[in-house]
Amino acid sequence: MSEIAVAESLAETQYQEPQPRRSRRRHLSGALRLLPYVVIAVYVLIALTGPLLVDYDPLSTSVTDRLLSPGSVKGDGSTAWLGTDSVGRDVLAQVVLGARTSVIIAVLTVLVSCVLGLGLGLLAGYLGGWPDTAVARSIDILVAFPGILLAIVIAGLFRPGYLTVIVALAVGGWIGFARVVRGVAMSLRERDWVDAARVMAVARIRIVTRHVLPFVVGPVVAMATLEFALIVLAEAGLSFLGIGLPPTAVSWGQTVAGGKEYLETAWWISAFPGLALAGLVISVGLVGDQLTARYGGRRR
Amino acid sequence: MTAGLVISDLRVTFGGRGGLLRRSEPPVAAVDGVSLRVGPRETVAVVGESGSGKTTVARSIVGLVTPEAGTITYDDTVLGPMRTRPPHVQRAIQMVFQDPRSSLNPRMTAGAILREAWHTHPAVAPKGDWKQATRELLAEVGLDPTVAGRRPSALSGGQCQRVSIARALAVRPRLLVCDEAVSALDVSVQAQILRLLVDLKSERDLAIVFISHDLGVVRQIADRIAVMRSGELVEEATAEDLFTNPRHPYTQMLLDAALDLEGVES
Amino acid sequence: MSADMTPEDTGPLLDVRDLEVVLPGPDGPVRILDRVSFTVGAGRTTGLIGESGSGKSMTAMAIIGLLPRDAQTRGELRWRSEDLLTATPRRRRRVRGREIAMIFQDPLASLNPGQTIGRQITEIPRRDGMPRRELGSTAVDLLERVEIPDPARRANNYPHQFSGGMRQRAMTALALAGKPQLILADEPTTALDVTVQARILALLRRLRDEEGTAMLLVSHDLRVMAHVADDLVVMYAGQVCERGPAPDVLRRPFHPYTNALVKSVPAVHAKSAIADPLPGSPANPAERPSGCAFHPRCPLTRIMAQGVSSANAIGTPPIHERCRTEQPEVREISPGRWSACHFSSEEAVR
Repeated sequence: MSEIAVAESLAETQYQEPQPRRSRRRHLSGALRLLPYVVIAVYVLIALTGPLLVDYDPLSTSVTDRLLSPGSVKGDGSTAWLGTDSVGRDVLAQVVLGARTSVIIAVLTVLVSCVLGLGLGLLAGYLGGWPDTAVARSIDILVAFPGILLAIVIAGLFRPGYLTVIVALAVGGWIGFARVVRGVAMSLRERDWVDAARVMAVARIRIVTRHVLPFVVGPVVAMATLEFALIVLAEAGLSFLGIGLPPTAVSWGQTVAGGKEYLETAWWISAFPGLALAGLVISVGLVGDQLTARYGGRRR
Repeated sequence: MTAGLVISDLRVTFGGRGGLLRRSEPPVAAVDGVSLRVGPRETVAVVGESGSGKTTVARSIVGLVTPEAGTITYDDTVLGPMRTRPPHVQRAIQMVFQDPRSSLNPRMTAGAILREAWHTHPAVAPKGDWKQATRELLAEVGLDPTVAGRRPSALSGGQCQRVSIARALAVRPRLLVCDEAVSALDVSVQAQILRLLVDLKSERDLAIVFISHDLGVVRQIADRIAVMRSGELVEEATAEDLFTNPRHPYTQMLLDAALDLEGVES
Repeated sequence: MSADMTPEDTGPLLDVRDLEVVLPGPDGPVRILDRVSFTVGAGRTTGLIGESGSGKSMTAMAIIGLLPRDAQTRGELRWRSEDLLTATPRRRRRVRGREIAMIFQDPLASLNPGQTIGRQITEIPRRDGMPRRELGSTAVDLLERVEIPDPARRANNYPHQFSGGMRQRAMTALALAGKPQLILADEPTTALDVTVQARILALLRRLRDEEGTAMLLVSHDLRVMAHVADDLVVMYAGQVCERGPAPDVLRRPFHPYTNALVKSVPAVHAKSAIADPLPGSPANPAERPSGCAFHPRCPLTRIMAQGVSSANAIGTPPIHERCRTEQPEVREISPGRWSACHFSSEEAVR
């Protein structure tokens, strides 16, 4: 009898104990989980409203305001909260407008890559046969080159500009999407409900949109966030090398590059846009990890 | 004219197609020289062990597999891949799958699954009739009308299989190919689905190709039985003949191995 | 092996008493197993039969000690003289594999594809410090006992070189390696063809007869049970509804659910009509019906209800009040025969 009582109380404690702890942890991680979303929202807000927040002309220079440290008062009486660069331009304004450039280029590139990857991935995965061979071989060839190298070559061939950057980055960007989509589509093609639709002679396009596509969306969204982070970095890289955007555009990469001669004396020129870049990339990466954990391994 | 389904010298192979950089291996024949007739209102069972090719025969009939040689005709129309068949032939032959859950798209409600059939074959039910037709069809397979709004995850295995049967019936088929249609169900639910199939067969004048490994079930519902082994058809006979007087040693072996609740002791 | 059994061990090898397993579910805790009691006698094969949601696999998992971490348990799992539910994790690991071994449904998923069969089935002797040169002959001996032809050569094969039936034999050899007193077999022949299944069942019978290994066989297949089980435990919705000697239970079931199961098995060697199907689907433990869990599908309660009150309002399903409100106890109806039905003693069961 007493043994049963002991067993019962043991079982009870085993069951009861994790409850409060688990719920508290879930609560805590709930708040932490939201943080990257909040950070990203701030970046997007700044990107959208940037030109309204700061008045900045990349072509106007002021020799008297050169290399002012953060918090100094400029010649026109305004405060340079994050200092100025080597030609007297406000760093805060560059960080704010750089967010706009980064977000616009990343969103557009991800969109282009996603559409391209989704289309080719579905084509290859669902149809199989020679379309699959063609897509699979193209991917094999493209992944043989480092993505950034490919982007540098393409960006170098054309005149600097938004379109050039987007094309250069999308050339490597679609591969990730195509691979994920192809894999999911291949496994879905074998599913009974797809066979059932084929037996019913449902149109091919309808099978793809109704029976395959809905199951690809989750992994693709997860992929898109990861890709977004990579593209923000790559764009900064291209601009840093001076082959991405024209000098008239404002980009974190350009600002960081502009400050590289003064790293010892005027660290703020490179540091603040660098921090802004890191903040965005890390936040998006965290969101991407969460989404991948949710959709990545799941094959329904 | 030969009414019904006629399979002549069917041969299906898998693999063997070497790619640019892949070594080509000799193709493996999953089905080799199978001939079978299924007349109107007839239930023909195809039995065999795993790897016997019985499922491949089923998939060839519904056009999911392209034969390497041989022909399949239905009412004298040669059957190619499903897409190439004339609409009335597409509708004539439908299939019920083994796994009741995975044969239904988990993101679609039962109603949407049925409507897709009519969307594809508008001749069966014009759009205005869909609501009424859904209710009637669900009732015919023994389901409540509220099932129309539910997804497969909210249905039991037996209910899923009923939805699957309803989808096949939605286009008014003449021949139902059932690939292990009751094998994955609980024993107490199996009898429900078998009863349903038998009732539907007589009400709708259906012919049935019943693929199964369960000789007991086959004995209950089949008129004729074909026994397959390693892609070949080794014996074909009426149900009674096959069970009482098996001619091929392999059939004999299958019967000997099959268990009953009582009687046989090995 | 039975040689380990001392003469004073006359009681059952495994005594499951009022076992309860509660798992957290989306709508609160779910009692997956509800007061499950049965025994496994030494040297006997006990069949645990049930459909989906019956809890038969959960019972097996509880016995082998592989329940989900958040499972809450109650009751007793009396293994010889100790209670496994209160045993230390260390002791449970020790019991698992050595005293109680397990055979799974899918041997391919349970065997390591990168190791030879011979190495895998001698894992336990190796861990117990058996000298290297003896391991080889042990492997051959084990494979011989499960009737694998040419065992010396086969011991060096990898799982993919084995057929499905041979893999199941290898799994059985692995289970035998720890010299267990009890083998827990979860649907061991479900994935196999009939001809192979018959041979595996014959092997399991032989192990019981010649080596005296007790077995708990978990299956949904009544035909398999009829051919190997000495005792039968029938489960429904996480509860035991009937237990007793297998031939008796199958010949004359006391519980209407067992009766329906027996009737629903189509005969191969005689022509049978399709059974009168039970309505509905097996009950889900998360939504276990009130009173007797089987009452919504039960043909007997309808017969009994008609006898009690023919003045039932038209349209209301004739369910006997007792079945709807009162949960039946598992009672001993006749010596050794237990059933959980209010009307098991009535003649109308048949």
